[in-house]
Amino acid sequence: MSDNENDPVRSRRAFLSGAVAAGAGVLTTSAAAAQTADPLITEIQPWAQGFGDGVDAVRYGLPSEHEGDVIRRNVEWLTADTVSSINFTPIHALDGTITPQGCAFERHHSGAIDLKKDDYRLMIHGLVDNPLVFSYADLERFPRENHVYFCECAANTGMEWAGAQLNGAQFTHGMIHNMEYTGVPLRTLLEEAGFDTSGDLKDKWVYVEGADASSNGRSIPMEKALDDVLVTFKANGEALRKEHGYPVRLVVPGWEGNLWIKWIRRIEVMDGPVESREETSKYTDTLEDGTSRKWTWAMDAKSVVTSPSPQAPIKHGTGPLVITGLAWSGRGAISRVDVSKDGGKTWETARLAKPGEKMALTRFYLDTNWDGSEMMLQSRAMDDTGYVQPTKTQLREVRGLNSIYHNNCIQTWLVRSNGEAENVEVS
Amino acid sequence: MSKFLKSAAVAVAITLIAAPAFAGKFGLGRAALPAEIAAWDGDISPDGTGLPVGSGDALIGEEIFADQCAACHGDFAEGIGNWPKLAGGADTLNYDDPLKTVGSYWPHLTTAFDYIKRSMPYGNAGSLSDDEVYAIVAYILYSNDLVEDDFVLSNETFFDVEMPNAGGFIIDDRAETEYALWTGEPCMVNCKDEVVVTMRALVLDVTPDQDEAAEEEVTESTEAKVEALAADVIDAELAAAGAKVFKKCKSCHQIGDSAKNRTGPILTGIVNGTAGAVDGFRYSKPLKAAADGGLVWTKAELGAFLAKPRAYLKGTKMSFSGLKKEADQLAIIEYLRSFEK
Repeated sequence: MSDNENDPVRSRRAFLSGAVAAGAGVLTTSAAAAQTADPLITEIQPWAQGFGDGVDAVRYGLPSEHEGDVIRRNVEWLTADTVSSINFTPIHALDGTITPQGCAFERHHSGAIDLKKDDYRLMIHGLVDNPLVFSYADLERFPRENHVYFCECAANTGMEWAGAQLNGAQFTHGMIHNMEYTGVPLRTLLEEAGFDTSGDLKDKWVYVEGADASSNGRSIPMEKALDDVLVTFKANGEALRKEHGYPVRLVVPGWEGNLWIKWIRRIEVMDGPVESREETSKYTDTLEDGTSRKWTWAMDAKSVVTSPSPQAPIKHGTGPLVITGLAWSGRGAISRVDVSKDGGKTWETARLAKPGEKMALTRFYLDTNWDGSEMMLQSRAMDDTGYVQPTKTQLREVRGLNSIYHNNCIQTWLVRSNGEAENVEVS
Repeated sequence: MSKFLKSAAVAVAITLIAAPAFAGKFGLGRAALPAEIAAWDGDISPDGTGLPVGSGDALIGEEIFADQCAACHGDFAEGIGNWPKLAGGADTLNYDDPLKTVGSYWPHLTTAFDYIKRSMPYGNAGSLSDDEVYAIVAYILYSNDLVEDDFVLSNETFFDVEMPNAGGFIIDDRAETEYALWTGEPCMVNCKDEVVVTMRALVLDVTPDQDEAAEEEVTESTEAKVEALAADVIDAELAAAGAKVFKKCKSCHQIGDSAKNRTGPILTGIVNGTAGAVDGFRYSKPLKAAADGGLVWTKAELGAFLAKPRAYLKGTKMSFSGLKKEADQLAIIEYLRSFEK
């Protein structure tokens, strides 16, 4: 960022915020008359006079330097070490549904490894006729598909089980991203190795692991493996980023992110689950009586208002206000999202930017006129199975407080009359 | 060999191995060699499939553990800071914040062997021999009071060990217990009589500092609290400094009106309070004993405890290493003192 006081954008910001401070009313009415002529209009600005950058000034572009706060963020106290940790997508500052790779959350168990395409190998073995090894180049020769899917960590919103904890949609709901993937169906690769997909598949599983030190091995039932699991190498049109598994990661649509093995190196067809660390000691959900659910793979329908929210307060005063957020379901497509401004007493049905797509993020909008009164903003998603996103109270009644994972409760933001918002729980 | 020849040779080799012995539909990939499968296929199933021949006991394991594991997991597998605790937590699964360890939670011992062999030690994964892994697993079992120190764990004796929580898991039952409840046309108007805020994230102040609005808010509320208590001669400046030091404690301890027991007990009213007195918190045995002996957390006792928790109270569950600076100890005590019951 430039620290030059004459930086035009900074000057403009100062002007705008000064104007707000001077007379908030002026900017809140749409037809307000300007008191003095705007120098940004009446004076020739440097950018209108000289040149900007030539082509090739940046060979691979990054976001505008004025967007420097739209970044992944970490909650340091959550984990002991950043190489086995997670950070959060700045969902409060994004719109649409596709998450740019550069700010899509990261979750590593032993760090993001550097693995060249030339050094990449994928082994398929176990209960197959012909155990095979594929190179990266081999994978690009199979017929491939494109699909948009969300990837949500099972622990997303997990810190909120016991009560409102983190003040921002990025921190409460940012363990999610949504990308367009290009890859080969796992079914194709299993068939290539001579696995008989028409045989008795009951009790058959695949065990999948990555090339990193954690390996993060997980077991996936064969029905899912043959249904829609993809072995992917591109996201949003370009190669996967290192932190998301370059060169190849597994995509397991609608199911918890921990199954989406990065740097995937091995797929073993087995007679049962391995019951690895990641599927026993972690990613199991303890209920109030001390028993724990296992194999809770699907991510249930969920939504959150991304703006206004604690990191995205209302700065423009009363008048037209766009309330927006994201909704998703791992068990189908979003069919409807309702928004409440009064903590769940009354609900209005929001507008979906596009019809919901299966296991992908859906953007919703409630275009409203804000009178400046306090709001308790909530959103409530429904998917095409008829499932309605539950309240935190409903979840706690069934599961208690110790589940950690799969918290898909309705979130409340208290928006005060000054436009600032905070994370609260309501009765 | 010239570079050209070398790459030509590689190209020939690739061409040869690119033709699989048994062509699939696309004829892509090559046969996986037995040595390659053996190198990567290390998974161990709950029935013991994959367990290598080998053995080790807790006495050998203790030494290896001290060298290879204790830096993160503690000498007694009790875990240091945020690093995983591997021992303890028996019968805590139905309490607030259960302590989930190999002993209290893991259903299969095979999982421990599988994971340690492939992914531990942290930063040097896969460097342990099979016998070393057996010994480490034996030591973890010993730390959980599940075997004696002379128990020899091997592929032969592996299933002699009973995992306490083996029966503690059920397969995902959301379809039966939740989906039926939460399906159908939801309420749109008059859904509740009244709505009140019952908890605010700002009170906890555990959000990273990037959020300026949140920071200001909390400073205000802390100041307000400190002011309100000024009559009780709280040194506001010192307490404010203590609030900063308290960030070290927040991942485990809550304080204030809506505080709950987490990894550590609620600290509201701790100064000059009786030790071990917070309802619903499972204290360590040594702390319970001290409480039974009449320990009161005076400023002096608390200062001594905070300076070196494990030296002050051997066997304490508090894995914090301690506040070295006396100024920090005094500040945090003043901060704690500003929250009365």
